[in-house]
Formats: sequence, structure tokens, C-alpha cells
Amino acid sequence: MIVLALQLFWTFFQIGLFGFGGGYAMISMIHGSIVSDYHWMTPGQFTDIVAISQMTPGPIGINSATYVGYTTMVNAGYGPVMGVVGSFLATFAVVLPSFILMLLISKFLMKHRQNATVDSMFGLLRPTVVGLLMAAALCLMTRENFSSPEENPWQFWLSVVIFLFAFTSAKVYKMNPILIICLCALTGIIVF
Amino acid sequence: MNKYLELLTTFSKIGLFTIGGGYAMIPLIQEKVVAEKKWASEEELVDLMAVAQSCPGIFAINISIFIGNKVGGTRGATFAAVGTALPSFLIILAIALLFQQFRDIAIVEKMFRGIRPAVVALIAAPVFKMAKTAKVNRYNIWIPLVVALLIWQFDINPIYIIVLVALGGIIWGRIQNDNEEEEEEE
Repeated sequence: MIVLALQLFWTFFQIGLFGFGGGYAMISMIHGSIVSDYHWMTPGQFTDIVAISQMTPGPIGINSATYVGYTTMVNAGYGPVMGVVGSFLATFAVVLPSFILMLLISKFLMKHRQNATVDSMFGLLRPTVVGLLMAAALCLMTRENFSSPEENPWQFWLSVVIFLFAFTSAKVYKMNPILIICLCALTGIIVF
Repeated sequence: MNKYLELLTTFSKIGLFTIGGGYAMIPLIQEKVVAEKKWASEEELVDLMAVAQSCPGIFAINISIFIGNKVGGTRGATFAAVGTALPSFLIILAIALLFQQFRDIAIVEKMFRGIRPAVVALIAAPVFKMAKTAKVNRYNIWIPLVVALLIWQFDINPIYIIVLVALGGIIWGRIQNDNEEEEEEE
């Protein structure tokens, strides 16, 4: 059990350390270690975990680490209490590298904020990040999120209306995002 | 309220309502951290996002550690990170323990059909404000457009773009520095 716990911790520490490119890139790393290398769960179980991680609140990386940690321990036959321990270990391990790196970087940044080279770097990075944000929205305009006119026209056009409502509420009326999400969840229950 | 508790509760709220990955939390962070608590300025947030995006790890956690550290040092960073992760952790544990068939409950699926387009809209809405803060004008608007196109249509990993742009910025800065020094010498 100690060996499994340590393996779980080390695996997620590595994923946290090399997990460039956000939650979806991390998911492929988790799959590589947990399913392909260690066989701690079946590909089907893993797919279910990813689906639930996408559907529930919170960063996808944290959600999947928590769920994989739990399932790994339970699959190994240790019961729900050790499952909770497993989910804590995986979540803590995936956050730890971020913690160390971010603290080092913010100490460095505080010192070098007025440095001309750092200024020049951020001068170029800022418009780039705007591009990343545009891409994030564009990449999410998928069939999974909106359905499609051929597949389900009712859901597709309602999704477009919900999108326009949420966009206008946020951009023009500065409505609280939490309120927008709650309203759209309610709309979903009523119209779908 | 104690500033550590304030970090914990504020980031718990942000973590709780981040559906659809780290970018979905940007409008919430702007509202809570910049407008409400005034822990960082709009410009600082844009810089932090650039750094958090280029670093490994979970975007939302990285941002919370930066802000937490700024407000209350290492302890502040700990409280902010725990706050961001805690709602996820508890919700996923509850689902794992109680609702194995959570996904198949009809009402939950309907809720999420309504939420998904809204999540996309919430990511798209701050683009214009962010563009203004980042001083995007008609001379440099090609930068975000090309970047978005590369990621969206050509599946280029954003990390390569960030690393290349950062290196380019550093080299450009060095060249300008050298030129200025030469001019001073003359």
C-alpha cells in the first residue's frame, strides 16, 4: 500500500512538473502513466473520469487528479477511506511543483519588474495572451458544446441563443459570471 | 476578515464556479481580485496570466499562488491554492463516493447543456477588455490574430508560442539596450 501511495504521488508530481499546456494536455499525460504504464484502471473507467471532470466545477487538472487518486486506491482493493487518502495524495502532488515554481518566479519577477529586458518580453507577451484567449474561446466552439444543425437543430440554435445571452450579459451589462452560469443551468433544465 | 481567510474564501468561490478549464475563471478573477478586493491591477493580471500560461501546472492554481503570494507571502499562497483546489476536491470526492451514475442523471445533463455555451461566452467576453489593457492597436493586432489562428486551426501548442515570443522579447530587449548604450557612448 505504501508503495502504491508513493507511486501515485510521484506520478502526479511529474505530471504537475511537466504539465505544460493546460488541463487537456495533462489528461493525456495522466492516461499515459495511469492506464498505459501502471494499468491502475481500464480505459473505460478513465474516459468516465475525464467526462465527469469536464462536467463538474473546478480546474480539469484538479478534478481528474482527485478522481484518479480515489479510483486507483479503490481499484487496488483498499476501500473508500484509502480512496480519500489517494485523492488527497494525487491532488497535493499535482499542485506541489506549481507551488515551488510560482513562488520562485514571483520572487524573481518582483526584483526584476523594472528591468528593460523583462519589460520588452512582456510587451510582446501581452498581445500574445490576448491571442491565446481568443483561441480558447474558438477551440471550445465545438459540436460537444453546441451540438450541430444537422445533429440536433433545436439544441444547436438554443445553444447559440444561450451563448449570445451570456456574452451580452457579461460584456455589455457586466452581469456577475456566477449568476450567468446559474441562469444558463436553469435554462438548460427548462428547454432541453 | 483575516486576509488569509479572505484569500481562502475568495479563491474557493473562483474554484467553485470555474467550469470548463482555467480560462473560464478569468472574468471571475477580474471581478473578485481586481475590482472587488483590489489585490492586483488589470495590467498585473495580464502579466500574471502570461507567466501562469507559460509555466507548467494548472493555470487556475498558478494564478492563485501568484496573487496569494502577493497579498500574504508563502502562507497567503498556500491559502489561495488550497482555496482554489478545495471545492473541486470535495465535489469530486462526493461524486466518487455517492453518485457513480452522476453523468446519466437527465437533469444534470440538461443543466450542463445550458452551461456549456455560456462557458464559451464567458471566455470570449473579456477578450476585448484584455486587448485594451494589453495595448493592442492597429499596428500589433496581427499578433493576437495570428496566435489565435495558429492554435485554433493549426493545433500549435500555445506553450511553444509563449516560449518563442518570450525569447523574442528578451532578444529584442537586449538589442535595444545595446543600441541605447552605443548611442550614449557616442
